Amino acid sequence: MQDLLYFSQQLINGLTIGSAYALIAIGYTMVYGIIGMINFAHGEIYMIGAYTALIAITGMTALGLAWLPLILLVALICAMIVSSSMGWAVERVAYRPVRGRHRLIPLISAIGMSIFLQNYVHLAQGSRNVGFPALIEGGFTFGSGEAFQMSLSYMQITIFITTLICMTVLSMFISRSRTGRACRAVSQDLGMASLLGIDTNRIISVTFVIGAALAAVAGLLLGMYYGSVDPLFGFIAGLKAFTAAVLGGIGSIPGAMLGGLILGVSESMTSSYLSGEYKDVVSFGLLILILLFKPTGLLGKPEVEKI
Amino acid sequence: MVKNNLGHAAFCAIVTVIISFPILGLNLEARGVNITLTGASTSTYVAILVAAATVFVFQTFRDSLMGLLRKAPKLNPISRKQPMERSRRVKLESWIITGIVIFALFWPFFVSRGSVDLATLVLIYIMLALGLNVVVGLAGLLDLGYVAFYAVGAYTFALLSEYMNISFWMALPIGALLAGITGMILGFPVLRLRGDYLAIVTLGFGEIIRILLNNWTSLTGGPNGIGGIPDPTLFGMEFGRRVKVEGNTSFHETFGIAYSGEHKVIFLYLIALVLAVITALIIRRFMRMPVGRAWEALREDEIAARSLGLSRTAVKLSAFTIGAFFAGFAGTVFASKQGFISPESFVFLESAIILAIVVLGGMGSQLGVILAAIAVTILPELAREFSEYRMLIFGAAMVLMMVWRPQGLLPMRRTHIKLNRQE
Repeated sequence: MQDLLYFSQQLINGLTIGSAYALIAIGYTMVYGIIGMINFAHGEIYMIGAYTALIAITGMTALGLAWLPLILLVALICAMIVSSSMGWAVERVAYRPVRGRHRLIPLISAIGMSIFLQNYVHLAQGSRNVGFPALIEGGFTFGSGEAFQMSLSYMQITIFITTLICMTVLSMFISRSRTGRACRAVSQDLGMASLLGIDTNRIISVTFVIGAALAAVAGLLLGMYYGSVDPLFGFIAGLKAFTAAVLGGIGSIPGAMLGGLILGVSESMTSSYLSGEYKDVVSFGLLILILLFKPTGLLGKPEVEKI
Repeated sequence: MVKNNLGHAAFCAIVTVIISFPILGLNLEARGVNITLTGASTSTYVAILVAAATVFVFQTFRDSLMGLLRKAPKLNPISRKQPMERSRRVKLESWIITGIVIFALFWPFFVSRGSVDLATLVLIYIMLALGLNVVVGLAGLLDLGYVAFYAVGAYTFALLSEYMNISFWMALPIGALLAGITGMILGFPVLRLRGDYLAIVTLGFGEIIRILLNNWTSLTGGPNGIGGIPDPTLFGMEFGRRVKVEGNTSFHETFGIAYSGEHKVIFLYLIALVLAVITALIIRRFMRMPVGRAWEALREDEIAARSLGLSRTAVKLSAFTIGAFFAGFAGTVFASKQGFISPESFVFLESAIILAIVVLGGMGSQLGVILAAIAVTILPELAREFSEYRMLIFGAAMVLMMVWRPQGLLPMRRTHIKLNRQE
């Protein structure tokens, strides 16, 4: 019983982190699916989302607002607007001019953008980490007495539910709406889609905006969950989310969700059963193993090499 | 024309405000447990507005401005000139390099200790950048974990000296070889991967090595690092005030001169200089050997190169191993220069800086990379008040280079024949 409770606790923790990873991973996977590049600056966009949310929360508290759902909603909307503008601008400035050149060129441009954004926030907001207020407190506990108590906090429930809502809306958008159909067409064949009258530039921008907005949601959620943000906050999270995207099969949206959950659980299991220091080693090791043995990921389609 | 642009221009201006205002204009300040928001100075707000206005104006008149820019006479006088003849170019380049080397040999005797120390660091970066240039510039393999091999070299020397009392000169080849072997072992499985996957995997390897160094406390001392790394000796002559190792003599006593701390600094500088020159010469040879041509062939068109019978694995692996080897070289010198190393020195940012040097200098071009290494290391030291903007400028420069001049400042030129299609 004791072990089971402990195990389920780790499972819950892992799924919480994993669902947030999945939100970030969507941005990687959609961009990769459409223009075949790794958007290295995506982690920074997530970090900017977290910062904006914190700024909005602090501002509203200072103004005397106290109704929690309103604060969260406004913070979420602010973060999404700023992050998606950032995503749009980054695509315009750093990726569009180099699109279609040799593979390494957009990637180096993206790394440059990532360094730039990290230092932009670093210079504007300082390098120290800033505490994120725990707005959602409390939770359920299971188990009693001296024994190990499993807890499921309201924060974790919020993360699950928000992720679920975002994923559902995204799936509906991709599968039902006109723009979503255009997105799917562009990801299948960019050239053909543009021959058929789809404004591919617009669709690519839309992809960046959606990815950035979801990253901002994750930024707010994980910022609250971890309790602090700093300018380097996005780098590791971005790498983890990329791992999740590759694990699930890059280019596939359900794959990103699955990959995020698997990564989150394996990470939380490592840090509780092995050692907390090595959890990053496990996730990078996982990434390397997948790329070596199954580069298409769990749900990805094999890529045909064309001459 | 202008009318059509107005909407887009307004949108761009609004986006500019949105992305800059919350981050720049509202600063979070932690006071104890509480966080407060403070507004930035008025100049920041003015700057944001000016930026938005500039974006608006530029986007409105974008077409005519770009047209003007295209028509404007080229400011760069070199761009109109025909490229120099190959034989003259090669001669000129070797004269420039020889000149730099001769200057570098005598320069440290006339300047302060601090500048010699900085120059040693520049030389270490030159070695690193020349090594990475083989991997990224010539073979076209984007390696984001290059700093791992640098760490292998540095830690090899540190550990060997701590546990086995091995001197710098013994550790130098061992460190470089070990780094090269690590490169080969890591490279063997991952080189099958496509370009961007390779970049991420090498990044992962770099992080794994750093985490291992950080957490394997019993061996590496963890975050505390390893100290007391010995200085190099000159034929058994030590540069310290007192001789530490039995059987050695001290430099100032042998030559009967007064002890000075500068001797050691200059000696280290000269070692770094010699090693950097050796690195440059060896890589220059490699570039002209069949294997060097194979690297470039594979970079340009993998399928064509393979169909001509080049072994993909062997060619890529050789580039990866050679790059790692020179990183190990540089790592050993670095450990000896610092006397103390910790995982702090081997973070991803370091890889990014070396990559930025290669990209700015012109991928594949040795002279370009050397000049870029000098510029990137020295400029932030000269402009101390701007040093916190260093990484910001690096990032922006990487993006701008990729957009405007992906071949770098001094691109590499191979002899080639241009076939003109007959009309």
